[in-house]
Amino acid sequence: MSSNSFAYNEQSGGGEATELGQEATSTISPSGAFGLFSSDMKKNEDLKQMLESNKDSAKLDAMKRIVGMIAKGKNASELFPAVVKNVASKNIEIKKLVYVYLVRYAEEQQDLALLSISTFQRALKDPNQLIRASALRVLSSIRVPIIVPIMMLAIKEASADLSPYVRKNAAHAIQKLYSLDPEQKEMLIEIIEKLLKDKSTLVAGSVVMAFEEVCPDRIDLIHKNYRKLCNLLVDVEEWGQVVIIHMLTRYARTQFVSPWKEGDGLEDNEKDFYDSDEEQKEKADKRKRPYTMDPDHRLLIRNTKPLLQSRNAAVVMAVAQLYWHIAPKSEAGIISKSLVRLLRSNREVQYIVLQNIATMSIQRKGMFEPYLKSFYVRSTDPTMIKILKLEILTNLANEANISTLLREFQTYVKSQDKQFAAATIQTIGRCATSITEVSDTCLNGLVCLLSNRDEIVVAESVVVIKKLLQMQPIQHGEIIKHMAKLLDSITVPVARASILWLIGENCERVPKIAPDVLRKTAKSFTSEDDLVKLQILNLGAKLYLTNSKQTKLLTQYILNLGKYDQNYDIRDRTRFIRQLIVPNEKSGALSKYAKKIFLAQKPAPLLESPFKDRDHFQLGTLSHTLNTKATGYLELSNWPEVAPDPSVRNVEVIELAKEWTPAGKAKKENPDEKFYSESEEEEDSSESSSDSESASGSESGEDEEEDHSGDSGEDSGESGSESEAGKGRAAKHAKARGKGDSKDVDKEKENSKSSESSSGESSSIEESSSDSESESESESESESRTITKVSTPVFVPGKTHVLLHRMSGKGLAAHYFFPRQPCIFGDKMVSVQITLNNTTDQKIENIHVGGKKLPMGMQMHVFNPIESLEPAGSITVSVGIDFCDSTQTASFQLCTKDDCFSVNIQPPVGELLLPVAMSEKDFKKEQGMLSGMNETSTTIIAAPQNFASSVILQKVVNVANVGVVPSGQDNVHRFAAKTVHSGSLMLVTVELKEGSTAQLIINTEKTVIGSVLLRELKPVLSQG
Amino acid sequence: MSRGEARGRVPGWGGGHSGRRGRGRRRPCCHGDAGLSICRGFQTEKDSLHSLTVSTMIHSLFLINSSGDIFLEKHWKSVVSRSVCDYFFEAQERATEAENVPPVIPTPHHYLLSVYRHKIFFVAVIQTEVPPLFVIEFLHRVVDTFQDYFGVCSEPVIKDNVVVVYEVLEEMLDNGFPLATESNILKELIKPPTILRTVVNTITGSTNVGDQLPTGQLSVVPWRRTGVKYTNNEAYFDVIEEIDAIIDKSGSTITAEIQGVIDACVKLTGMPDLTLSFMNPRLLDDVSFHPCVRFKRWESERILSFIPPDGNFRLLSYHVSAQNLVAIPVYVKHNISFRDSSSLGRFEITVGPKQTMGKTIEGVTVTSQLPRGVLNMSLVPSQGAHTFDPVTKMLSWDVGKINPQKLPSLKGTMSLQAGASKPDENPTINLQFKIQQLAISGLKVNRLDMYGEKYKPFKGIKYMTKAGKFQVRT
Repeated sequence: MSSNSFAYNEQSGGGEATELGQEATSTISPSGAFGLFSSDMKKNEDLKQMLESNKDSAKLDAMKRIVGMIAKGKNASELFPAVVKNVASKNIEIKKLVYVYLVRYAEEQQDLALLSISTFQRALKDPNQLIRASALRVLSSIRVPIIVPIMMLAIKEASADLSPYVRKNAAHAIQKLYSLDPEQKEMLIEIIEKLLKDKSTLVAGSVVMAFEEVCPDRIDLIHKNYRKLCNLLVDVEEWGQVVIIHMLTRYARTQFVSPWKEGDGLEDNEKDFYDSDEEQKEKADKRKRPYTMDPDHRLLIRNTKPLLQSRNAAVVMAVAQLYWHIAPKSEAGIISKSLVRLLRSNREVQYIVLQNIATMSIQRKGMFEPYLKSFYVRSTDPTMIKILKLEILTNLANEANISTLLREFQTYVKSQDKQFAAATIQTIGRCATSITEVSDTCLNGLVCLLSNRDEIVVAESVVVIKKLLQMQPIQHGEIIKHMAKLLDSITVPVARASILWLIGENCERVPKIAPDVLRKTAKSFTSEDDLVKLQILNLGAKLYLTNSKQTKLLTQYILNLGKYDQNYDIRDRTRFIRQLIVPNEKSGALSKYAKKIFLAQKPAPLLESPFKDRDHFQLGTLSHTLNTKATGYLELSNWPEVAPDPSVRNVEVIELAKEWTPAGKAKKENPDEKFYSESEEEEDSSESSSDSESASGSESGEDEEEDHSGDSGEDSGESGSESEAGKGRAAKHAKARGKGDSKDVDKEKENSKSSESSSGESSSIEESSSDSESESESESESESRTITKVSTPVFVPGKTHVLLHRMSGKGLAAHYFFPRQPCIFGDKMVSVQITLNNTTDQKIENIHVGGKKLPMGMQMHVFNPIESLEPAGSITVSVGIDFCDSTQTASFQLCTKDDCFSVNIQPPVGELLLPVAMSEKDFKKEQGMLSGMNETSTTIIAAPQNFASSVILQKVVNVANVGVVPSGQDNVHRFAAKTVHSGSLMLVTVELKEGSTAQLIINTEKTVIGSVLLRELKPVLSQG
Repeated sequence: MSRGEARGRVPGWGGGHSGRRGRGRRRPCCHGDAGLSICRGFQTEKDSLHSLTVSTMIHSLFLINSSGDIFLEKHWKSVVSRSVCDYFFEAQERATEAENVPPVIPTPHHYLLSVYRHKIFFVAVIQTEVPPLFVIEFLHRVVDTFQDYFGVCSEPVIKDNVVVVYEVLEEMLDNGFPLATESNILKELIKPPTILRTVVNTITGSTNVGDQLPTGQLSVVPWRRTGVKYTNNEAYFDVIEEIDAIIDKSGSTITAEIQGVIDACVKLTGMPDLTLSFMNPRLLDDVSFHPCVRFKRWESERILSFIPPDGNFRLLSYHVSAQNLVAIPVYVKHNISFRDSSSLGRFEITVGPKQTMGKTIEGVTVTSQLPRGVLNMSLVPSQGAHTFDPVTKMLSWDVGKINPQKLPSLKGTMSLQAGASKPDENPTINLQFKIQQLAISGLKVNRLDMYGEKYKPFKGIKYMTKAGKFQVRT
């Protein structure tokens, strides 16, 4: 390294030193190239002193200057001991800069670097997640092999950290450790496996990156996480998206069968790609093997589609290559629009995107044909962009658009950018060969260009014409004559060589001109370019063979010149030709065939795109851009003949899922029938225990989600894309699902006790909540499902109210809460539980209810007197109160042996209700009857996250004891209850509107309670 | 890391090749014999380590100015020797213009991916296969961030703020993989330098570095800072449309399309949730969103619903569907002719309004790259000022506003090189213009609503049409 430092010091000559001087307000004046070296030393002394001072500002200043040195590539390694002392600095900026320094130099000063390790180990336990994360970052960036075990331990711990940010950093650290010590691979894979299960979107991208670097071949680790990754994808940060999409593309190519119909490869030249393909596809599906796309395959294609709208070009390109490589060919068309959009971006982005489009446009012209004009060249484009656009235009050329294109090309030929003009001429040549209709037009056009003023243009035209003529063995004597004339004026060697070759090939067609040309070139032989000399020799040889009378001497002369040429190639060629054509005693049998050798029919060159065989590289990769395999390029495998077992992707949640899985997989034969029948059985058997029932409920919900991944995404909004994807398979799914739904309804009608409804409901909760971690929540929800006409209430944590404070109750404290159970004392009563506490140090005896002061009509069932309550003892008793469906206060006296205390119970309106189970249909019917005066409504405005189904549900049941009515619409939530006293229905509807608003509607005969409930629900629903 | 570059001779790096500014200085490592041998020693020592190394995405970053000096380097892993940039300089030399330097350059052991912005090359060194756009997009993001932090992104500014630059780069990449690229998050981690803060920091000793993890990093809205407070709550949206067009000699449109963006400047307290709807959303054919926009709402209702980032950001960019005919707001009448024998050519252009929907066209500039044969021009503009650079042959005419009653014109003669044949191509005319208060596609914002906060924000929407790549062939 010292070498390096030497190098850097040396280079920091005058100019740069002044810069440094400016930025650091030091006293050093740069004095000449060699004085600098010493002044550098002096400066470092100065920095050392600053670092050792006890003022943070001086230290910070010093660190800033050191970082400045690093940034300029100067060596600051000798300051290591002084810097490393500050690693534990309290000042966070100093600390960060020390980190920067450490990461840069630790590798060179391994022993000293070890001094800092303990600081990081301590920081790894810091309560601040940012500090934990950055400690891990630095620790893992110090490339010192001795600390590998410490790093390993730190990564392990961090991978189980509560903070996803720290876990993300752990994923990054995995790669660092792996590059430091590949021996650790096995252990690291374990951690990767663990982190792959992580549900945080923050971690997903980083861990997949680690996976790609450490063990890209361990595709088995992906199986279980495949669906999760697909579903999380939209929410992952953009860089992670790119990595995940690339990984999933490779995954899909190994796990699914090809969605491309046979003979797709031949489709290259198919013209009206869109229509025909669609039809053919359908036909093919009917006739041939019944290809059905694996729902997981579909899931990936569907979930990546929105990302085409990303602002990040890399993400768009990643999705585009995914569609290109794994989507059915009929669907890949949607990517072209997005790719064309990227052409508006910076030149570098354009460059890469155009390259990829060039490759695509060779194989599937139809994709980009509608965007032909987007590839028109502007004079302000950089040359490399122009040439790529030209390439694409050539690929897209067909009989229909060629005339427009040729007109456009005419403009390009005149461009001041001669490199581009030359490329255009080649392009015209390519069009002439690929589209026979216009080959004559092109040839004429090119001949016209021969009289162009610009030599490069003429030369290029000559070369292209030569190729064209060679391809069309028709008589083109005129053109050849014209070109022979050009020989006088043109100087570009390639062009001259081309003309000579052309004349030689056709020397019998232009018998008069050819010898003359030879005569002229013989004169100028010595001053010609090597390339041209070779062709002169060739021409001579050919003429000697066909017209030896006129040219014998000339050829001899040229051969003699060639014999003494400076270039050994030319001397060799001369010797070879002489032996071959000039008969002498030594020449063997070969000279007899000289004419055949020289004037053989030569195969025409193939004018084809340089992007022709780039398609064996995965699009969007570096290897594709360079057209060579880059280090670390992972080959995209071919589709498997038979798909590997798809069940490996099933995620087993609990036992029941396992039982179920095979049925789900065998769906191809009996779609979903079995699913329902089986779960029915389960329900039957488990009806008695509400616990297992709820489990099966949420279970089947989850399975359904996974299984129907083809059509029921996590969000209801998905349905739009579903219809698009609605090919055979998906349609089947939809049908099956529809059947399932209607079944749900049926069953509810015939048996309101059916727990099927509960499973249906819980699944819809599951589906509609985008939060993947809401499982536990929805489980508790499903537990609360209604069973009888008066259903069991939704469980909410009981809110206790103070009945009697211990201070006013002389040590007796009383609390009450509403258990939301039907009252055992009478069906018109509300059950209230009172908990009595003795906070004194003496027994309290004879606790009972004394005088009651109840409003008209109200009744109360009191508890039996309690004989005694031990000190610190507590007892819970039940009372029943008939509140007459009003919120009036029930006042009574709570008496002990010695005292009487007046207490009140005022019920919240929500507690005057009992939940009711009813179907959506009944609900609507009842609601219809309770309109007009019986309806109160209001509008709620709240943040959208408050409008997740689970949140609304939670909030409503917290306030009021109502039952949930299964709803077919995602944006409408219905709740039903009846009042305890009179049994009047109370129907609550929350209807979500666009723009974070919702309509809250309450229908009831008891309009007073209705409006009170409305008033109570409104603030609860609208608050965050 | 200098192994490959040190070992392999730079292609075409001949002996007589020393004319470049600053070159000799820059390549101390592999130039002289002594330097070379030292390098070799260094490289063998490293090689053992490197045979094991898998590499990361972005290994190192070099910032190179237009005169070919490396003025900043940053390494995220082992140090890559500067000499790797020699391959870049080679390419730079081969390409006549800066923008023709290929963005991807392979070297024996590394790949150099570069972007060129603000006259600075940002060269990323990578070692293994990586999607090139990933790196390129990231580099652009780096430039955007610098611009956001320092107002401008230029060599002196970067040099002045080298510490902040380093701190920002450190946060943006970890081990070569992007960590935090949202400028709202970065600004919480490392505060942008302001004069006031510099003064305060020197007095109080406080720092520019945040010690808490930005809340955005973990939240579902990573692009927004929490605890935003403003006394004046405002939200401004600029609908800016650009017309890209190629007009041919005769004045007919060869291709024309409209690309638009909606740039927003939102300064709202708290966590506002905005919805923006259009009168005619069907016009939008292809869109790309800022990550804050809820894609599903757009799919189902064609409404932009989002919790905005704080400050300036690009909400949406769109392409107007090709079915709609593009109104071309200006025309150019031109008469440019070279005569074969004479050394004088005629030059005459007039700019006039076409379909402007009754609005004024302003900010008109005409530029044209004239053929090499043109020595000088003597022109008289009816309004505005014009310049002609005889070296680059660039003509530019700052027209200003177009008054339909008195159309601006530029007339005169060109003097051509004596004896040279006439150029076979007439120059292309590039046009710039602006039309205020008009979105040429007819796109109209219907309404903007805010939810989730109680206050009433001030809302403003501005429309503008500009020329994008607007060319007239003559």
